[in-house]
Amino acid sequence: MKDNIILRVEDIHKKYGKTEVLSGISFEVRKGDTKVFIGSSGTGKSTLLRCINQLTVPDSGKIWLHGEEVTHSQKSINYFRQRIGMVFQNFNLFDHLTAVKNVEIALIKVKKLNKKQAREKAMEELVRVGLKEQADLYPAELSGGQAQRVSIARALAMEPDIMLFDEPTSALDPELTGEVLAVMKDLSRNGMTMLVVTHEMGFACSVANEIIFMEKGKILESGPPSKLIREPRFERTKQFLCKLGELYGDIGR
Amino acid sequence: MNESIQVIISTLPFILKGTFVTLRLVLSALAVGFVLGLLLAIGQVYGKKILARAISLYIWFFRGLPNLVLLFLFYFGLFPLLGLDVSAFTIAVIALGLRSSAYQSQIFRGSIQSLGSGQMMAARSLGMTNIQAILNIILPQALRISIPGWSNEYPILLTDSAVTYAIGVMEILTRGSLVVSRTYQPMPIYLTCTVIFILLNYGGMKILHILEDKYRIPGFGNMEM
Repeated sequence: MKDNIILRVEDIHKKYGKTEVLSGISFEVRKGDTKVFIGSSGTGKSTLLRCINQLTVPDSGKIWLHGEEVTHSQKSINYFRQRIGMVFQNFNLFDHLTAVKNVEIALIKVKKLNKKQAREKAMEELVRVGLKEQADLYPAELSGGQAQRVSIARALAMEPDIMLFDEPTSALDPELTGEVLAVMKDLSRNGMTMLVVTHEMGFACSVANEIIFMEKGKILESGPPSKLIREPRFERTKQFLCKLGELYGDIGR
Repeated sequence: MNESIQVIISTLPFILKGTFVTLRLVLSALAVGFVLGLLLAIGQVYGKKILARAISLYIWFFRGLPNLVLLFLFYFGLFPLLGLDVSAFTIAVIALGLRSSAYQSQIFRGSIQSLGSGQMMAARSLGMTNIQAILNIILPQALRISIPGWSNEYPILLTDSAVTYAIGVMEILTRGSLVVSRTYQPMPIYLTCTVIFILLNYGGMKILHILEDKYRIPGFGNMEM
């Protein structure tokens, strides 16, 4: 059972000035898990994801990837980052590179593949997200949904052990949201381990094995979607789910 | 009138030699300013606080001094004091180059900062080192954005280069003035200098426009109305 654990997060704390954004977060992720983080803005969900690959350095606490400590590790953080894919709310594609070159560049510079290998791998990933035709377009020529799928391909090309999604559809309209979620659902079903910050409850209900509700830098409660949504233990969780329901219609039933 | 044309024709080869001196001076100073300016900008944005402070001081110093003061300071003060026997031309390149680096650094800094932190984050999240991210992701974009602002530097340095007359660099104006003192014909000679400067300026701007076009990112930042 234990060797199935890919990621362990232990008592993470993070302060910005006087405000404590994360106050003691701990959880474990098993291979193939999809965990969805929900909670109102400012509760530290994005900060938490960024702590996992150390884009934000936590004040205290430990993070382990496959039993190797990511925080204060002897190994270069860049070694771990290759194994932790990340997808951002604003895509953050490299604007001066075509779609295929966006996927290629880290393969060439970080993984040290030669150009031909990198091109093959990049095309493979673009095909996987359904963007073979768009390979030679620049980010500014792509729709938001296409851009986000390129950024997913870019992360996947590194063959990560785990993928972090930081509100991947928040900048997209409903139609485009659908095409991105479809790619993510596929990934999840094919066994990718994923941590997703999102308020797309339809997605959460259909693929997550755990929903984690965060409040004021802490995990208030967590559980499988069916349980957490039908019978939340805390009034606060219920309120929040109600608000989501008002916005998006009844969820998960 | 005829006499004027006579003077221009007979002294043109001498003055034109100054064109090459001016061009060499301007391009060298631009290059010094470009390399230093880029390093300064990177240091200011990504460096430790103390480095950023030191760079601010440098920029404050070199932007705050008139060219002529800097030239005299180096030519009559600093270099003789250090016992260095350096040509007026070299001193001019150093002085104008250092000053230009201070200005150029702020053009580059603005461009780098306009990219926002997302590009850097994305690059680092893929496992790139800081330097890899700067070289492969930040600079290719920042430099493109810099071209319009940077294209000011060429005419500024070109016009500033005439100040080196004061320390005897044999550029266009120095040569023109020598001719004037010999022929007592200021009008045709200075007009010749004017035309040369204008042509140099025109040519340079043309090249910069071509560069800007060539490196434009498709679908990015150009408004087609």
